[in-house]
Amino acid sequence: MSVTRPVAVPGQVPLGTRIAKRLTGGALYIVVLLVGVVWLIPTLGLFISSFRKASDITGSGWWTVFTHPAQLTFKDYTDIFGNKGIIQSLWNTVLITVPATVLVVFLGALAAYAFAWIDFRGRDWLFVVVVGLMVVPIQVALLPVASLYNKLHIFGTILGVVMFHVGFGLPFAIYLLRNFFAAIPRELLEATRMEGGSEWTIFRKVIVPLGLPAIASLAIFQFLWVWNDLLVALVFSNVKTQPLTVALQSNMRQFGSNIDILAPGAFLSLSVPLIVFFAFQRYFVQGLMAGSVKG
Amino acid sequence: MEDSLSASPAAGDPPSPAAGPPTPLPAGLPLAQPALPSGPHPLAGHGGPSPLRIPVRVRAGFLIPAALILLAIIIYPAIDSIWLSLHDHDGSKWVGLHNYKTLFSDDATLKALKNNVIWVVCAPTIACALGLMFALLSEKIRWSTAFKAIIFMPMAISFLAAGVIFELVYQQDPNQGVANAVAVGIHDTFAPSSKYPGAHPRTDLAKPVAGGSFSSVRTYPAGSVANVPLVGIQAAKLPGKAQQAAAPAAQPAADQIEGTIWLDIIYGGGGTPNHIDAGKKGMPGISVKAVDPATGKSAGSASAHNDGTFTIKGLKPGASYALEIPGSNFAEPYRGIQWLGPSLVTPAIIASYLWIWAGFAMVLIAAGLASIPRELQEAARVDGANERQIFWRITVPLLAPVLLVVMVTQIINVLKVFDLVYVIAPGSTLPDANVLAVHMWSVSFGGAQDQGLGSAIGVFLYVLVLPAMYFNIRRLRNEKKEGR
Repeated sequence: MSVTRPVAVPGQVPLGTRIAKRLTGGALYIVVLLVGVVWLIPTLGLFISSFRKASDITGSGWWTVFTHPAQLTFKDYTDIFGNKGIIQSLWNTVLITVPATVLVVFLGALAAYAFAWIDFRGRDWLFVVVVGLMVVPIQVALLPVASLYNKLHIFGTILGVVMFHVGFGLPFAIYLLRNFFAAIPRELLEATRMEGGSEWTIFRKVIVPLGLPAIASLAIFQFLWVWNDLLVALVFSNVKTQPLTVALQSNMRQFGSNIDILAPGAFLSLSVPLIVFFAFQRYFVQGLMAGSVKG
Repeated sequence: MEDSLSASPAAGDPPSPAAGPPTPLPAGLPLAQPALPSGPHPLAGHGGPSPLRIPVRVRAGFLIPAALILLAIIIYPAIDSIWLSLHDHDGSKWVGLHNYKTLFSDDATLKALKNNVIWVVCAPTIACALGLMFALLSEKIRWSTAFKAIIFMPMAISFLAAGVIFELVYQQDPNQGVANAVAVGIHDTFAPSSKYPGAHPRTDLAKPVAGGSFSSVRTYPAGSVANVPLVGIQAAKLPGKAQQAAAPAAQPAADQIEGTIWLDIIYGGGGTPNHIDAGKKGMPGISVKAVDPATGKSAGSASAHNDGTFTIKGLKPGASYALEIPGSNFAEPYRGIQWLGPSLVTPAIIASYLWIWAGFAMVLIAAGLASIPRELQEAARVDGANERQIFWRITVPLLAPVLLVVMVTQIINVLKVFDLVYVIAPGSTLPDANVLAVHMWSVSFGGAQDQGLGSAIGVFLYVLVLPAMYFNIRRLRNEKKEGR
């Protein structure tokens, strides 16, 4: 590198450069503001639309509420809360999401503990298999599992939907938790073992409390994945057991005439993940970063 | 709320149990440092026998439940799919590779395959580029946390909700869809919409020519007066400034054609056709051209005043001209873009995908950026490198591992994209927007009930993600080599 080149001394930036920087600073803020607005507008449109009557939504743009705020109404929401099908599907979503999350976390943690701290033959190879399973597309399993469920008479049941989610949630759960559990200091486990604690005691008293941040990340990630799922429920649930996403999807084909169900329903469907997102942002980001290899 | 979007779990944080799980990002990447003192790696083979022997049944207790479910839900079905894909639609007859031949010859499947290629080429690259851009932007602003939260928020939203959101955005009517409202706004700023859509001359006076224009049947010599009555719109639709139509005040000069363009209808009825009666109004702003009938070239043009009169100047004295009223006067107002029509439906859905996933790319890349040592960039700057050189020669190469992870993740995602396409594409253009995952669903469950072809598509998708599987496993082995 050339030594004859003039060396820029920090703090002695030429005036011209400083002005240029100030200007680009202004342009920068405008670009950032613009991007932010573009990103917010779609959701804002849905949010405002959910507070307008169907006739208003199809008659004029949602942005007209800023000049005509009198259009705003809770009618769509009172209607949707009186809609038995939608409420049933919302309840189904909860009935599917909670067990699917709890089971994945519990079974995943058990297996992850075994992979991290219990020696058994073929452990390394089995873990490679688990990592491999993370990217398997669910499409490859839909048809065989459907016929399996038919044989077991659980096709169309909530149990079937839950088990499918558990199956496809486990590889990632084991992978994420094993990496975290393996980093727990060995002495803590040995101490409990020395005191005569069983593996189950170690799991409960040492692993789970210390692994809680990873467990939280996993639980949030799995919760959102199941709550937001459409395809699995579309295949394995029926009219009585379908979650909110499937119930709303069936209204999509007549978008214009069903907008008074779709707008508040979609907002209802996204409000729970949004609350989770803002409440547990930290764990959400961590789970997502750790899950960046999951398909 | 914690500032988690700007502080990545591992980048630069002191190791603490609360710093989150070690990320499975590639070894060697600063992000991937374990947050805790390293424990035994399963592939490192130093788990060591525990002081107490663990009975087989205890070990089994930890592993068997997960193993059984994985076998039943993933492993057995994946193998069964291969078997099914070699059979006919209900699995009763062996057909060999026939389903795979169909996969590469059937029009609908090929269209889905082609769309998948478009997705794989465009979506991950653009998501990466946007993520990099947003990460760089957010490094330079003060309220970057709010900005990042806004960009990242769609990640939490279901594809179905995103589908409803973008169905609203893409509504054809510019009075409903914000995308077309903006498109129309921009279009009308640069090309104001016509004032008289649907207006036209009577057919005995003028004939339609190319571009929606009308050309007079007779010709007018320079120095004469031309009457141009129009019909086809309601008198009430005229602009407010339109006044009672009038004949030109004076005889035109030898190199001019003067005349009147008026709406030949009286509000409420009455009047004589082709005659300027009281109550008939001029059509201000409408443009008219004098065209040389031999060459078809324009010799001059003018636009009408509020009383409908116009004067075309600079014509050749003695020559005759046909009068032409350009189609731009009558064009239907611009109605925006048909986002979900056959040609744009895939790009439109990809845009909604980017809205969701750009935040993901941004967060990963921002964490990568934060972990690049400042000194490197400073050193280059001291050595006289400009910002562009620093970006391309230092920042991008150091980010390459993160960019690779984002790309691989996005490619896996995009190969399997289902919900967005299935939800957003209207029934009429679903075949144009089709992708393999959606086609697999329609073939297997959405009416056709062809298990053979459906399984073949599933297996094909599986084969497509195999390189990603290899990528992940190789990363795991690299971690082992690094001895973490």
